Amino acid sequence: MSFWERATDYLPLLMEGVWLTLVVTFFSVILSTFLGFVWAVMAWTRIPVLVALSRGFVTIIRGIPIIVQLFYIYFVMPEIGINLTAMQAGIIGLGIAYSAYQAENFRAGIEAIDKGQIEAAHSIGMTDQLVMRRVILPQAIRIVLPPFGNTIIMILKDSSLVSTITVAELTRQGQLIAASTFDNMTVFTLVALIYLALSLPLTFLTRHLEKRYSQA
Amino acid sequence: MIQVQDIHKSFGTLQVIKGVSFDVKKGEVVCIIGPSGSGKSTILRCINGLETYQRGSILIEGAKVDPASRAITDIRTQVSMVFQRFNLFPHRTALENVMEGPVFVKKMNRAPARDEAVALLDKVGLGAKLDTYPAKLSGGQQQRVAIARALAMKPKAILFDEPTSALDPELVGEVLAVMRDIAAAGMTMVVVTHEMEFARAVADRVLFLEGGAIVEQGSPQEVLRNPQHPRTQDFLHRVIHPME
Repeated sequence: MSFWERATDYLPLLMEGVWLTLVVTFFSVILSTFLGFVWAVMAWTRIPVLVALSRGFVTIIRGIPIIVQLFYIYFVMPEIGINLTAMQAGIIGLGIAYSAYQAENFRAGIEAIDKGQIEAAHSIGMTDQLVMRRVILPQAIRIVLPPFGNTIIMILKDSSLVSTITVAELTRQGQLIAASTFDNMTVFTLVALIYLALSLPLTFLTRHLEKRYSQA
Repeated sequence: MIQVQDIHKSFGTLQVIKGVSFDVKKGEVVCIIGPSGSGKSTILRCINGLETYQRGSILIEGAKVDPASRAITDIRTQVSMVFQRFNLFPHRTALENVMEGPVFVKKMNRAPARDEAVALLDKVGLGAKLDTYPAKLSGGQQQRVAIARALAMKPKAILFDEPTSALDPELVGEVLAVMRDIAAAGMTMVVVTHEMEFARAVADRVLFLEGGAIVEQGSPQEVLRNPQHPRTQDFLHRVIHPME
């Protein structure tokens, strides 16, 4: 059998994995963006307790390998009575892990806004929330968007880590097929090509955004 | 209207304001002059709650200015500020900059807010630049938009923090002319400035500040023409004859 014939055999199973990879990636991006934004805003408030919480959390998360965080959520949490499906654990784990990187990106974007504008906004009576919504965010988003694209690519690739906690996403499906067919060459070539095909559009989009916003 | 009572402020161990007191009456134009580092801008920023102070009190129509309190946003809607570096919102047009406060802080409807903003921009001579972004405006034009933005809040007073110091010399006049018009219309103003000509022509009272304290104050006539204190004399001499 040629490569293509074998590939057609494996593809339906791999595509099931692709679907789960996309689901994990999608929800991890949402969760990490939301949490990352929360950490960044906490750091911005200059309220000591919130700043310390945010900084402490980000430091801890960045210091622990993602795979260990996943094991912790999936294998340790049930011991204290929190039972999650592999899928839930994977999304929460990746989401929390990446929220630390997202927070750094958002923080940089927020801090890049000229302090004078923030003072001017305060001087016309804006509250901090309004300053954030009307002055900081519309400008920070341009700064934050290109690195955000990179983060999505990283999450897409690192979603393969949830294979270690039994989520049958692309990498896991590949492992299972390879284990039963011993056709490592075909299977992992396909897996690699599929990841590449998924990430390329994001790569081009990110480059486009970088170019567009570096001019502004 | 504005009462500054025995204000003290330090940055760490550096004491920048050492007991400053003055009142500004309604409709009065007070100019604060003095060498850089004398604390002029800091006082202005304290009045608007952009800086904290350690001792004394600042009252605006009887309400205490306290940056830590929630009421500070109310006070800021009553006292606007114009900055040395304009500080316009670069992602919004001239018109949007002016409408921002009325629409989002005062919750005015867009249509009347727009009409008022157009009228204000007309008044500062920028009726033709409504949809222009700040980056495409000259410094003098940007500062005039900033003044319109301050006026749009219908404040009881406007604080000007060296409004012409960042401008090319040929653009200073257009901004001062607008400020003179506003003063003539009865606005209460506190102006930190190096423009002695403006102080002489427009101010009701001039404060000379040095080393964080008021050294001398009085009418422009008294302080600028006939200063009593040697430090004031020395400062004015250096400003008026910089080459000597």
